[in-house]
Amino acid sequence: MASVGFEHATRRYPGTARAAVHDLDLTVDDGEFLVVVGPSGCGKSTALRMVAGLEPVDSGRIRIGGRDVTDTDPKERDTAMVFQNYALYPHMTVAQNMGFALKIAKLPRAQIRDRVLAAARLLDLQPYLDRRPKDLSGGQRQRVAMGRAIVRQPQVFLMDEPLSNLDAKLRAQTRSELAALQRRLGTTTVYVTHDQAEALTMGDRVAVLRDGVLQQCASPRALYREPANVFVAGFIGSPAMNLLTLPIRDYSVAIGDWVVAVPRDISDTAAQVVVGIRPEHFELGSMGVEIEIDVVEELGADTYLYGRIITPDGAIDQHIVARAGWRDPPARGSRILVRADPDRLHFFATDGRCLRRSY
Amino acid sequence: MSGPTERVIKRSVVRAVALYAALIGMAWCALFPILWALSGSLKTEPGIAEPNLFPAHPQWSNYARVFSLMPFWRMLGNTVLYACCVTLGQVFFCSLAGYAFARLRFRGRDTLFVLYLATLMVPLTVTVIPQFILMRAFGWTDTPWAMIVPGLFGSAFGTYLMRQFFLTLPTDLEEAAVLDGCSPWQIYWRILLPHIRPAVMVLAVLTWVNVWNDFLWPLVMIQRRDIATLTLGLVWMQGQYVSRWPVLMAASILILLPLLGVYGFAQRAFVRGITLTGFGGR
Repeated sequence: MASVGFEHATRRYPGTARAAVHDLDLTVDDGEFLVVVGPSGCGKSTALRMVAGLEPVDSGRIRIGGRDVTDTDPKERDTAMVFQNYALYPHMTVAQNMGFALKIAKLPRAQIRDRVLAAARLLDLQPYLDRRPKDLSGGQRQRVAMGRAIVRQPQVFLMDEPLSNLDAKLRAQTRSELAALQRRLGTTTVYVTHDQAEALTMGDRVAVLRDGVLQQCASPRALYREPANVFVAGFIGSPAMNLLTLPIRDYSVAIGDWVVAVPRDISDTAAQVVVGIRPEHFELGSMGVEIEIDVVEELGADTYLYGRIITPDGAIDQHIVARAGWRDPPARGSRILVRADPDRLHFFATDGRCLRRSY
Repeated sequence: MSGPTERVIKRSVVRAVALYAALIGMAWCALFPILWALSGSLKTEPGIAEPNLFPAHPQWSNYARVFSLMPFWRMLGNTVLYACCVTLGQVFFCSLAGYAFARLRFRGRDTLFVLYLATLMVPLTVTVIPQFILMRAFGWTDTPWAMIVPGLFGSAFGTYLMRQFFLTLPTDLEEAAVLDGCSPWQIYWRILLPHIRPAVMVLAVLTWVNVWNDFLWPLVMIQRRDIATLTLGLVWMQGQYVSRWPVLMAASILILLPLLGVYGFAQRAFVRGITLTGFGGR
C-alpha cells in the first residue's frame, strides 16, 4: 500500500494551447479511495494515466509511496488499472487474463493459480475461469477486469470510469460492491468518473477537476455543503444548485418579490453577487418568489419543479428548480410561491469564488 | 393493368438482369483464356487451332508428357520452397514494421513511413538491374538465396497493410499489457499478433501468389534447371518445344492448380485483402 502524490504535475499535449492537467497538487493517502470527477475533457483521465505512467509528465513530480516515479517505467510503478472498456485480452481465458501479469513477472505457476483462484473467489468468478471474455456479460467482464487488478496485489488501483459500460441498475449495485471491496483490501485507489453520484457515494474524498485545474478536493459531504466555487456548486448535486446572478441594493438582493439580506462583508465590497440555492432548500409557501411551473418531474420519492421566476413587473425571467413534497405537487402551468431558509444560501463572487458558505 | 408497384418491380428486374449480364460478360472475359488453355491441353497438335471448347477425343496423355519433358516435381518443390520462405519472412517482418509504424513513438516515424511507402511507386523493372548487381556482389546469382533473401525482409505494401490493421486495434489492450509488465516485443508477440491473424492471412496469400507467379526475377537470377521455378520451366519448354502447344497448355494448367488450391483454401482472406487494401496484390 502506498500514498499517491501529484506535485505541481502538468501535462500538455503537443500542439495544444491549454494544458490537459495544469499544476495539479494533490495527495491521496495510503488506503484512501479518491474519486476524481469532472465533465468530459477536464483532464481527469490524463491525471490517472500520469500516475500509471501511460502519459508523460511535462513538469512537476508524481510520487507513489513517497518514491518519485515521474520518470519510471509504467511496469516499475506497481499500479494496476481498470479500463473503461476493460481491455481484457480477447484471446485468453478469464484465468489467463487474470494471471497474465504474474506470468510476465515469471512467478511460479502454482502461485499464479492460487492468486487467481483467491481473486476469483472474492469476485464470484470461479465458474467462468475457463471462458473467454466474449462469452461473458458486461458485469462479468467488469469483474474480470477488477480481478486482473486484484491478482497483481499492486500498491495502487487506478480506475478509469470502470462502471460506465454497465446499465443503470447494475452500475448502482456494482458501485457499492466495488467500494466495499476496496475498503476490505485497503488498497489506495484513484477512481475517475464523470458521474457525480459515483463520486459522492464511493469516495473517501472527491477531487473536482475543470479544464485541467483542481477546483476542490474534499469529502463528499463537504463538497456538497461547502462548494469552493460556482463550478463545484453547479457540478455537484442533481438537479444542480440554482445559481442567480443579482445586483446588490441596500444590502440585499431581490429574487423576484423575495428580498434576501446579503451579509455586510459582501455587500460592502461587491455590486453583484451570485446566489446559490439547492433545489431541496426551497419550501412551498405563501411568501417568497413567484414561479411559473414549466415541467413537473415526479421521481417517486421526490418531485422536482422546473419553472421560471416572475419578476415584480410581471416579466418571466430566470429558470429555477425546486424540490416539492411528494404528496400533492403543483400542476404544470400553475404559479407557486417558494422561499428558502436564508441561512442555507450560498454566496459567490461574480468571478466564481465562494464568499459565504451555508450551514 | 400495371400499377406503380408493378412498374418498380419491373424496373428492378430489368436492372438486375442487365447487371448480371454485364457481370457474366466480364467473368467470361476473365475465364475464357483459362478455359481455352484447358481445352487446348486436351487437343492434338494439329487440332489445336480448331474453334471448339470440347475436343472430341481428349488427349490426357499431354499431361503425362509434361512430366517427361520438364522436371516438374523438382520445379514445384523449388517454387513451394521459395514461396514459403518469402511468405514467412514477409509476414514476420511486415507485421513487425507495421507495428512499429502504427504504435511505437519515435522521431521521424511518419516521414519514414511515407518515404517507405513511396517505394511502391518504383517498378521492379527499374530496380531489377541494381538488384542483380547486388546479388552478384554477394555471389548469390544462380543460387536459391537470390530467390529467397531479397523478398524476405518485408515490403512497403505488406508493411502498409499491417500498419493499417494495427491502427484498427484498440490502444487499451496495449496499455493494459504495458501495465501488466510487457515489453514492446511481448506486446507484439503475445497480445497483438493473435489479433492480426486476418491481415496475416491476407498478406500470406498475396505474397504466396506473387512469388508463385513471379517470372522476371527468376528469369534474371536463375539459369540452373535444378533450382528453377515453374514459371521458368514453362518458358524454357516454350523455347524447346515450340510446336507442342497442347503440352504447353497442359503445363500451364498444372502450374495453375496449386494456386487454385490456395485460393480455395484462403478465398475469404483473398477477398478481404482486396477490400481491405483497395488493390489485389502489388
